[in-house]
Amino acid sequence: MTDIAVRVDNLGKLYRIGPSRPGGQLMLREVISNLAAAPFNKLGGAARRLWTRRAAGEEPDARNPNDIWALRHVSFEIPRGQILGIIGPNGAGKSTLLKILSRITEPTEGRAEIHGRVASLLEVGTGFHPELTGRENIYLSGTFLGMRKTEIDRNLDAIIDFAGVEKFVETPVKHYSSGMYVRLAFAVAAHLEPDILIVDEVLAVGDASFQRKCLAKMEDVKQHGRTILFVSHNISAITRLCGRALLISGGAIKEDGPASLVASAYMLSSLSTTAERTWPDPATAPGNDIARLRHIRVCTDEGQTVEAVDIRRSVGIEIMYDVLRPGYLLAPWFEFFNDTGACIFVSRDMRPGWRDQAKPLGRFISTAWIPGNLLSEGTVLVGAGLFSPDPEQNHFRVREAVAFQVVDSLDGDTARGDWEGRLAGVVRPLLQWTTTAVKPDTAT
Amino acid sequence: MANDVDKDLAMSSGASPRVLPRSTPPPPLTTTVIEPSRGWVPLKLVELWEYREVLYFLIWRDIKVRYRQTAIGAAWAVVQPLMTMVIFSVFFGRLAKVPSDGIPYPLFALAALVPWMFFANGVSLSANSLVASGYLITKVYFPRLLAPTARVLSGLPDLGLSLLVLLGIIWWSGLLRTGGAPFILLPALTLLALVTALGVGLWLSALNVQYRDVQHAVPFAVQLWLFATPIAYPSSLLSEPWRTIYGLNPMVGVVEGFRWALLESGRPPGYPVAVSALAALVILVTGAFFFRRVERTFADVL
Repeated sequence: MTDIAVRVDNLGKLYRIGPSRPGGQLMLREVISNLAAAPFNKLGGAARRLWTRRAAGEEPDARNPNDIWALRHVSFEIPRGQILGIIGPNGAGKSTLLKILSRITEPTEGRAEIHGRVASLLEVGTGFHPELTGRENIYLSGTFLGMRKTEIDRNLDAIIDFAGVEKFVETPVKHYSSGMYVRLAFAVAAHLEPDILIVDEVLAVGDASFQRKCLAKMEDVKQHGRTILFVSHNISAITRLCGRALLISGGAIKEDGPASLVASAYMLSSLSTTAERTWPDPATAPGNDIARLRHIRVCTDEGQTVEAVDIRRSVGIEIMYDVLRPGYLLAPWFEFFNDTGACIFVSRDMRPGWRDQAKPLGRFISTAWIPGNLLSEGTVLVGAGLFSPDPEQNHFRVREAVAFQVVDSLDGDTARGDWEGRLAGVVRPLLQWTTTAVKPDTAT
Repeated sequence: MANDVDKDLAMSSGASPRVLPRSTPPPPLTTTVIEPSRGWVPLKLVELWEYREVLYFLIWRDIKVRYRQTAIGAAWAVVQPLMTMVIFSVFFGRLAKVPSDGIPYPLFALAALVPWMFFANGVSLSANSLVASGYLITKVYFPRLLAPTARVLSGLPDLGLSLLVLLGIIWWSGLLRTGGAPFILLPALTLLALVTALGVGLWLSALNVQYRDVQHAVPFAVQLWLFATPIAYPSSLLSEPWRTIYGLNPMVGVVEGFRWALLESGRPPGYPVAVSALAALVILVTGAFFFRRVERTFADVL
């Protein structure tokens, strides 16, 4: 019994959505004026509504089309010591699940059992108040995250040291740079010692070195045998840290298994794209009344649309777009991601002639050529957009519009040569290597 | 440099993680059950005790922040009742010639204003407490009852300070009652004011989450309540049975009790205070149950 840390059984959460009121919030005076208008019916209705909370956000009716299930029929168990990752598209219900398990919001149906002390990191700097000093905020945040005062006393120096804010610990936090703020917040969280840790995308903030520190700390936590529930969009973090993952989409669990398999399933499913996409109807094509994207494809240097490309060959990404209003500076751009979600690079058409001239009306085809022997093997996801500098805006932006595979046929003349093993790297350039022999007696 | 990053990239075999042995045997695990609540929700007072450190830090934070942002700091706790006393003395005491049960009007008013300010500030602050702590309530769990409770309790140091000043003024005027017995009343009366403020605060804060115009009505309602309490005038102006019904306002008992304990003016607390205490308890208990019942909607609405 106690080797299950978390047991979730048929959990569901129903939200009322629908037309929001002009003032945003329900007003008591509206309820009162409704009462005045038709005292007897409305009194019963209003009283019953307040009583059963049929007001905004509560006790919605499942038959009402304005009410949606953010989660439904979700069941799983987490054995003690497991690191479980949760991935899925935005709005799938991942954060709702965490909120329910953190007891911030109540489920509409179902049941969850948690065995052990829980700490939830749903944001960076829980409880921080800008007017208080660093030291005061450590106590405040630590308490809210579930540490006892004695624990905080014991760890205070370690926390300050981890965050690297010794000089500023008596300064109000409102004067901290955003980097310091995040480091301090994470330092407090890093010294939590719960049985079960729930983490929601907090790794998305901070710079690269900080993210490395966070990941390292989470590895450390893993070593201590704690149970962790980890939601992230960073697929490489999920595959690195988690043994098992759940894919949640549309409020239900779609996949449950080893993290690398679930991650691939996720990447593949969102690849409902192929190497070519067309938007035949201008009214629904991505864009606005200035420009619209009509067509995008991946092609070879011979102009053929391809889904798989030899690693040595150059690859073209071609978009066709309509400019509906003349006079704008427009620059097309592409973004390239690999199958772990890491960004390989981005490219915008920055050529002087092209970028300084406002574009006339008409239909344009822009192609970007990626040289051979640059991309790494695997799946490449391509997003496209059209940018104007002043004011800065994207007229259209489509993530993961098309995708293609880069294949190395192991003929021996690529960066891989004939090595069959695993090679790391987001890119795979074929570099020039030189080696010269040096006389033995000069090697001191 | 980044040893930890390189660990499983590139040409390494993945090592399985070691689990470090614990140095002490693990304590027994607490089990939490999460289910939809239906109907009346129990108050779970034990949980409030478990989270007492959160309550302490909420109070500590409120006090620190309140005074860090002000120019005169803690003196505000004293300036508020004193300035009101001056205004009342000029307009009610001198110009309108309102009677004051045989003692100088300023003292009459001040002795009532000190507990009143504690109550009024407690109600105003706690009514808005949930909305103001919305950023916290949507991110971390703690018993939500602690938010308005902390606001009311954070007024106690202010009360202590203004009470000291009040005692000083009365003693200096020579009218301080001798003998310590009636002073025992003061903590009991403070408790009554606290219970009332908390009860009203629980009702208002819970309503305010759903109906945001409540917080705008509060200052107005508190003003009305001030005049429904014998602060600017003595309750001897009322005849029976009105005077007893009037006692349903718990602050009547508090204010008259303060006056009697400090200045021996008015009648000793008796039957009306009992009525006050009962009314306050009813407000508190109903407020707490109402709060718990609507609590589950807070994170979704805030």
